[in-house]
Amino acid sequence: MTDNQSMHQPTNLPLSQHIKADGSVTSLMEYQSNYGYQGLAKALSMTPSEVVDWVKAANLRGRGGAGFSAGLKWSFVPPIEQLPGQRYVICNADEMEPGTFKDRWLMEHDPHQLIEGLAIAAYAVQAHTAFIFLRADYDLCAERLQYAMDEAQAAGLLGEQMNDAGFHLNMLLHTSAGRYICGEETALINALEGKRAQPRFKPPFPQVSGLFGRPTVVNNTETLCNLPHIFHHGIDWFTNLGVGDDNGTKIYGVSGRVNNPGCWELPIGTKVADIITLAGGMQDGVELRGFLPGGGSTDFLTKDHLDLAMDYGTIQQAGSRMGTGTMILLDDQTCVVGMVLNLISFFAQESCGWCTPCRNGLPFIRQILTDLEAGRGQQEDLEHLLQLCGYIGIGNTFCALAPGAAEPLQSALKYFREDFVAHIEQGACPHGNSPKVDVELVKEIHTL
Amino acid sequence: MTPIIATDAASHKPDWRLLIEPLSEHEEAAISAQVQHYPQPQAATIEALKIVQEHQGWVSDGKLKAIANRLQMSPDEVESVATFYNKIYRQPVGKTVISLCDSVSCWIMGYQGLAQSLSQELQIALGETTADGAITLLPTPCLGACDHAPVAMVGGQRAHQLTPTSLIELARQAREQSL
Repeated sequence: MTDNQSMHQPTNLPLSQHIKADGSVTSLMEYQSNYGYQGLAKALSMTPSEVVDWVKAANLRGRGGAGFSAGLKWSFVPPIEQLPGQRYVICNADEMEPGTFKDRWLMEHDPHQLIEGLAIAAYAVQAHTAFIFLRADYDLCAERLQYAMDEAQAAGLLGEQMNDAGFHLNMLLHTSAGRYICGEETALINALEGKRAQPRFKPPFPQVSGLFGRPTVVNNTETLCNLPHIFHHGIDWFTNLGVGDDNGTKIYGVSGRVNNPGCWELPIGTKVADIITLAGGMQDGVELRGFLPGGGSTDFLTKDHLDLAMDYGTIQQAGSRMGTGTMILLDDQTCVVGMVLNLISFFAQESCGWCTPCRNGLPFIRQILTDLEAGRGQQEDLEHLLQLCGYIGIGNTFCALAPGAAEPLQSALKYFREDFVAHIEQGACPHGNSPKVDVELVKEIHTL
Repeated sequence: MTPIIATDAASHKPDWRLLIEPLSEHEEAAISAQVQHYPQPQAATIEALKIVQEHQGWVSDGKLKAIANRLQMSPDEVESVATFYNKIYRQPVGKTVISLCDSVSCWIMGYQGLAQSLSQELQIALGETTADGAITLLPTPCLGACDHAPVAMVGGQRAHQLTPTSLIELARQAREQSL
């Protein structure tokens, strides 16, 4: 490995710097020619607790949606002297949040970036086994990750004797068999143990007792991808990347009826309107009405919120969540009742079935929305829906799935109530949707 | 209907092991390699189910029992896992599975029209397999390719920006290749 650190100006958009327009993958040679694996070398020259402190000081916040400090999360793992033995790190690459495709983009184009980041996380908590928990259907990611892991292993970048102290790491790829709930970290741990992916009761937290009862850290793909750069360029560099209160960059995405859907790395805190402009604006003949800022389980915001900065604090203050940072746009040609019905149907299907509010509440809501969309709704349904949002809200369920599902519904009732009322008054969907069609099409899918 | 109970000839006791459909040499080797990744053999359940499915297209009762036997579990335990996950098929599927994304971005961009057109073309409902065993049509949750919506997986290949015409063409190609 050559030390070409000084030859390169630090980039402002580190995560996407290797991503090529033709969709091809970054090879190990290409990756290494631009300080690849030097962040890991730097981390390995520090003590593990220094590595944890470094990431804490950088205030790298979890990019999977919750925004929790990654360094702080690691610091809850008991010191190795206190609790010797095996511990694990897991990359949460189970990207299944509706409307979210950022982690796929990172893994398909630059797998080494994730591998290096995961190795740094493993060193920080002294884990000698690391798993990449990849969702089903990401076949191309699986192929490219496995190839890159083999490349890194063959080059001696992973495996035995990674530093003078003899740190060693075994990195493994687990491809899931598909369930949204696997993205919840304790459910993910159960899935990795070969069980049904039901969330676990906390405490104990995974950092103390996780995979196979051992200390375990689970971090999102994009979070881990930040680590090589933080160690190579330093904390000050990372802190200066954001434009608001948060540090670093963020992969933002836009889908819906825009001219150029996609995802882009931008300074964290970029304005909503600027991100939509990058997506080429709305298609001809359609007008923007609102958006889900960070995936299907975040509250709607409206045209009045376009000037907001996309960062954790600002979007939360506006009554939603930045979530995964991949926006789904609602336009005037799309029925908001139908859109919420689609989201609720997803969450009802993907509920693990463990706790009653989620298992029974979501199908109940789905039925009411189906009736509304089909023009069979009544005024009192709207109050009933709000009441149900409360029943499945935070504190009443075992995990965050159902409270997340309530977010687009409760905010749609707040901002687009007139659309719901129009369905009731007209006795039909003003957009001509008929949910009956879906019901007739789907015959016993669940028996498969 | 009387349930089929396999009983041990000597003891006359029911024994599910008699209903095992043995793992092939290849399946056995692939599962053993996965078992080595974990401190407990049970942890390889999902991998084992996927290995069998890769060879057979789906997971039959006999193979499920073979997995249980290999991983020192009861068949019910393996079944509880197999039926939990979307991508483990406990019924035969066609040679090509078309998974049509039905989540929000694809729904906005025309999922319903795609589902109706393809369903009509193949003469099957979602969740069914064509009579010739060529194609199974399934709706699937968000495929994580919303920037290319509407999308589907046709076999192992992701297809982008689908229109009813392009999707039907892909289905025809898959059908021709499978016959």
